[in-house]
Amino acid sequence: MALRNSIAITPTATAIVTTTTQPSDRKTVTLLKVILLPVFTLMLLLSQASHSQSVFSEKPLEDPAQLALFKELAAELRCLVCQNQNIADSNAPLAQDLRREIHTMISRGDSKTQIVDFMVQRYGEFVLYRPRFTTKTLVLWVGPFLLFLLGLGLLWMQSRKPRAPVATDSDSLAAARELLNDGQNKNT
Amino acid sequence: MRFLLPLVVCAVIGVFLYKGLDQDPRYVPSPLIDKPAPQFDLPDLYASEGAASARFSPEQMRGKVWLFNIWGTWCASCRVEHPVLVDLARQGIVDIVGLNYKDEETSAKQWLRELGNPYVAVPVDVDGRIGIDWGFYGAPETFVVDKRGIVRHKHIGPVTPAVLQETILPMVNELRAAAG
Repeated sequence: MALRNSIAITPTATAIVTTTTQPSDRKTVTLLKVILLPVFTLMLLLSQASHSQSVFSEKPLEDPAQLALFKELAAELRCLVCQNQNIADSNAPLAQDLRREIHTMISRGDSKTQIVDFMVQRYGEFVLYRPRFTTKTLVLWVGPFLLFLLGLGLLWMQSRKPRAPVATDSDSLAAARELLNDGQNKNT
Repeated sequence: MRFLLPLVVCAVIGVFLYKGLDQDPRYVPSPLIDKPAPQFDLPDLYASEGAASARFSPEQMRGKVWLFNIWGTWCASCRVEHPVLVDLARQGIVDIVGLNYKDEETSAKQWLRELGNPYVAVPVDVDGRIGIDWGFYGAPETFVVDKRGIVRHKHIGPVTPAVLQETILPMVNELRAAAG
C-alpha cells in the first residue's frame, strides 16, 4: 500500500515542477513546492500508518510456530464475502474479523483442528479451500485419479488393438490400379 | 457409433453446466440448520431508553417461534427489506429480533425512527463477534428459530413478500403447530 502510493505520487510531483519553468512561473513553482512537498510527505506517512494499522491492531504473534500456523490457516480458509479469496488476501470486513478471531485463538493456544472446527461449525465445509476427506467429498478427492486411470486403461486398450490390415488382396489391388489408371487417362 | 461416447460425455457435461446456471454460487447452506441457536447475551439498542429488557439473549424467546434478522444501516439491501419486516410486524404474525451488526448507535436509532421499528428486541453486536457465531456473511440474513431454540431455516439476502409467503411464513405456522 505504502509503496504503491509513493510510486504514484513521485511522477505527479516532478511533472508539475518540470512543466512550469517559465520565469514568471517561478513563484508558482516555489509555491507548489512549499505546499505540495509537505502534503505529499503527509500522505506518505498516513498511508504507511494506515498500512501498519490495517494488518493488525493486536500485537503480532511472536512465536514463529504460531505465526506459521496463522499464515497457513489464513491461506486455507475461504472468505465468504468474496468467495474466491482466502481470508489472508481478502479485505472484506468479515475477513478482517476472522483473521482477528484466528489470531486470538492461536495466541490462546488453540490447535489447528480446533480452529478449523470452529470455522466449519459456523460457515460449513465451504470455508475450507482444502475439503476434508469424507464420504461426501470422496468423489472430489478420488475422481480425478479414477479418470486418469480410466484414460490410461483406454490408451492401453487402444495400443493393444491390432491395426486394421492394409488391403493386400488381389481384388482390391486391381480396383486401386484401375482407379489410378482411370485418373491418368483423364489427364492425358 | 464412433461418436456415441463423446456425445454422451458432452451431454452429461452439458446437463451439469445447464443446471449450474440456475444455482446461486453465493448461497452456502448453513451448518446451523437443525442445531441449537448460538447463545449470546448482548445489550439492547434501547437499553438506556426503557427497552423491555436491557439485554437480549435467545434464551428469552424459548417457547416461541421467532425470526432472527441481522441488519445494519450500512447495508443497502437491508433498506429494501425493511418495509417488508415493518409490514410483517404490524400484522403481528411473528416476533422479529433484529441484531444490529457492526453499526453506529445513532444511525441505527435514526434508521428505526424514520423507517419504523419491526423488532421486539434490538441486540447490538458492535464488533461482529456474535455474527461470526451465527455464520453471518451476507447482510441481511434472517433465521427462523423454533420453540425449543433450534435454528430451522436461514434466508440470505433481503426478505421479499414472495420469500415470506412461500417459505418463511408456512414454516413458522408449521413450527407453531408442532409441539414445543
